[in-house]
Amino acid sequence: MTSTAPHLPSQVQSQSSARDHDLLGQASEILLSPGGLGIDDLDAGLAHALGPGIDYADLYFQRSWHEGWVLEDGEVKEASYNIDGGVGVRSMAGEKTGFAYSNQISGEALAETGRTASGIVRTGKQLGVAPRLVVTSDSRYGGIDPLSGLSAEDKIAMLKLADRVARAADPSVSQVSASLSGVHEVVLVRASDGTLAADIRPLVRFNVSVIAVRNGRRERGSAGGGGRFAMARLRDENVAETYAREAVRQALVNLEAVDAPAGQLPVVLGPGWPGILLHEAVGHGLEGDFNRKGSSAFAGRMGQRVAAPGVTVVDDATLADRRGSMSIDDEGTPGQYTPLIEDGILTGYMQDKLNARLMGMAPTGNARRESFAHLPMPRMTNTCMLAGQDDPADILKSVKRGLYAVSFGGGQVDITSGKFVFSASEAYLIEDGRITAPVKGATLIGNGPEAMGRVSMIGHDMELDTGIGVCGKEGQGVPVGVGQPTLKLDELTIGGTQS
Amino acid sequence: MTQAFDAFHQQALLETRANTALALARSLGADACEVGASVDQGVGVSVREGEVETVELSRDQGIAVTVYIGARKGSASSTDASDASIRVVVEKALAIARHTGEDPASGLADAELMASELPDLDVHHPWELTTEAAIDMALACEAAGREVAGIKSSDGASLSSGEGVRVYANSHGFLGSQRGSRHSLSCMLIAEDGSGMQRDYDYTTARDPRHLLAPEQVGASAAERTLRRLGAGRPATGRLPVLFDPSLASGLVGSLMGAIAGGALYRQASFLCDRLGDALFPEWFSLFERPMEVGAMASSPFDNDGVQTRDNVFIENGRLASYMLSAYSARRLGMQSTGNAGGARNLRIDAPLASRDELLARMGRGVLVTELMGQGVNAVTGDYSRGAAGFWVEDGKIQYPVEEFTIAGNLEAMLKGLVGVGSDTDTRGSIHTGSWLIDEMTIAGG
Repeated sequence: MTSTAPHLPSQVQSQSSARDHDLLGQASEILLSPGGLGIDDLDAGLAHALGPGIDYADLYFQRSWHEGWVLEDGEVKEASYNIDGGVGVRSMAGEKTGFAYSNQISGEALAETGRTASGIVRTGKQLGVAPRLVVTSDSRYGGIDPLSGLSAEDKIAMLKLADRVARAADPSVSQVSASLSGVHEVVLVRASDGTLAADIRPLVRFNVSVIAVRNGRRERGSAGGGGRFAMARLRDENVAETYAREAVRQALVNLEAVDAPAGQLPVVLGPGWPGILLHEAVGHGLEGDFNRKGSSAFAGRMGQRVAAPGVTVVDDATLADRRGSMSIDDEGTPGQYTPLIEDGILTGYMQDKLNARLMGMAPTGNARRESFAHLPMPRMTNTCMLAGQDDPADILKSVKRGLYAVSFGGGQVDITSGKFVFSASEAYLIEDGRITAPVKGATLIGNGPEAMGRVSMIGHDMELDTGIGVCGKEGQGVPVGVGQPTLKLDELTIGGTQS
Repeated sequence: MTQAFDAFHQQALLETRANTALALARSLGADACEVGASVDQGVGVSVREGEVETVELSRDQGIAVTVYIGARKGSASSTDASDASIRVVVEKALAIARHTGEDPASGLADAELMASELPDLDVHHPWELTTEAAIDMALACEAAGREVAGIKSSDGASLSSGEGVRVYANSHGFLGSQRGSRHSLSCMLIAEDGSGMQRDYDYTTARDPRHLLAPEQVGASAAERTLRRLGAGRPATGRLPVLFDPSLASGLVGSLMGAIAGGALYRQASFLCDRLGDALFPEWFSLFERPMEVGAMASSPFDNDGVQTRDNVFIENGRLASYMLSAYSARRLGMQSTGNAGGARNLRIDAPLASRDELLARMGRGVLVTELMGQGVNAVTGDYSRGAAGFWVEDGKIQYPVEEFTIAGNLEAMLKGLVGVGSDTDTRGSIHTGSWLIDEMTIAGG
């Protein structure tokens, strides 16, 4: 992983690259031209949102094309195509935010939504729109349309391959469903502080889910992944076969699963996707808005120990082609590598412009929104724990009796009390340092700062997830990534049925 | 900050658009087609610590087209409702239908099932509410909570008010449309003691703004709910009875409905496959649907296939009396649609009801659960394991708050182990139920 220093638009005007201008040109052509607008017209549009008393305003233009193909019963019976787009206009005065949006991108729509949003306050100083500064950012993924490059026949062939591989893998497989989806998203941001930035964001995903039946028992297994790249890469990397085999393997393991234990035990988490622990136990609690408002269990703890020595957690938007990566965030700030916890000490929050300004900090490129029709908030990108020194085999050997969890469903956190849960979908008992019986899915519960203090061993096998995460906050969903090495928590509560 | 919205005008506009899309799809080669279109508009304000935080005006629209060429299907949708966009959507749906595989079960619901009785169910009550008035209500709500002794701070109060129109039409010649409204007010507060911070919330929601609870009542209730969580302990690990608060009992009904939904059944992704007629609950329990109830939260005379909705009985005297089916899932199972494309509308329970105190007395020693965390419900196996918070009950009385524990079991055993239903019915959502007392689950705690 690489680290990049935060860029402010004022520092980088002269350095904006040909790539940034090229992206702006493409985005302008796609977003603005159809409504008879150009980049030069945005100053006038922004002026409507910058009414008396408004100290910051921004325009967020977006258009997205979503395609989804679904296989069931060996046949691709369903596919869908969705077109979405419009402009969101935000006017801010201190802690107040006015927001309106329109499906139409036109001069008239900008005037109407701008006047509506700026109505949040009606008196005060009238500011001008700052001259535009093209934001410089490094490209974290190709600015491409991921949907093109594969024919409909290619897409259907991939899904049918997954079906054949899964059914051939084991006679107990009774149902196979597979899906292929992709989004081509184009955004452009113009803000009163001068920010002008654009991005083209591809996002694709392939998923396989199977039902296996044996001796009257029925279990599910699923696997999937993707990222910010072309659909063709999913075919080239033969993910259909990989995920089909993985889904069947998981279903077969679950067919053998015994009841999970109930109570407090040592827990070893596998590498990669179990990093959902970090997302729930610390990630949300370190988002700027909750800390500004004092509602997070981590509020006021900057510089204090919030995790065991050796624990370093970062939010990294800069990872190449990852699901949670962003070249720029939804306010036009370049995506960054943001240390959150370093060797157990709390060192950083994730910020958008509003919360950074109110807390006297710098934005960290974490402003994200589900779409133009939603307000941006500080959100995670790819949240990871860095590798430690321990051999994963030694970590397992150190446990007398405990749980080894390698795959998870969802999680949730109450950021105020710090209580979090995450639900294992594939787990095993550890007995005398060895992995023994698979156990049924169970929810694990803990308290964020307490659980992070109980991390006693950290593997050297840091892995990223395969690209399947969706994070929900205040009703808005955004794609995210997680990653971590194998790690051991000395004690966590396991919600099984075997007490 | 206001936007004009004429629901009647929008309804006429959507009906025209739907007919345009149907005609276009037929002329471009679709054998059958269906169109859904909607427009929603609303205002949302939030305040925090006595100050306005956000004012949001929303206006969403969409049109979705599904076409059939023989037994092949294609779908496309857009948030742009211009004529040019409708043409793109129809063409895209047709292009997809030329690639998808044949599905003998696909197609519109049978013409004779289309809704013919389309009464006004009184679910549209627009609110002439200025932004200033909305802010005042949210402020009053929050103030009532903040002034309660022990409340440290507020996480905010929000008021939202919206109305909209939805239209469904298909090439049988069916066209159904409905105007609706929804208004909500909520408040979340924070309290702190030596053991740390706690937060909780309360809300009121209604189709008719006159049915909302008073802002002060919501704020005061949020404060009470927050304060009672302070000083929580952890319950011991063991097997105990569990009393589910009404808002969580409706989640159990939701899990049951998910398991008897046609889509889960034909995919074999349910623990209730092939169980029609089986005793799933005690014989004193019945669960039924009233989709035409006047003024209720989920009322509609037609489902998402255009099929006439009807008074289904899903659980009759404890037995599974009916699955919940759309036209497609019914064909897959060799059955008839139950008018449930899009889900169940207004579920009601028929059972002897007991007061909260009676249920606590019957429980004796156990846990009252008032909050659940995480997804932890496996629809395929019925295995259930979720994070929880609530209260420790001993000698039939609430003793102290408990948190950071899990409750686990299997849904099938939980439904069969239903011991009693409370009279404390929560009528805010589409599912109306009181508390549920389950005989035994595994608690994992401290």
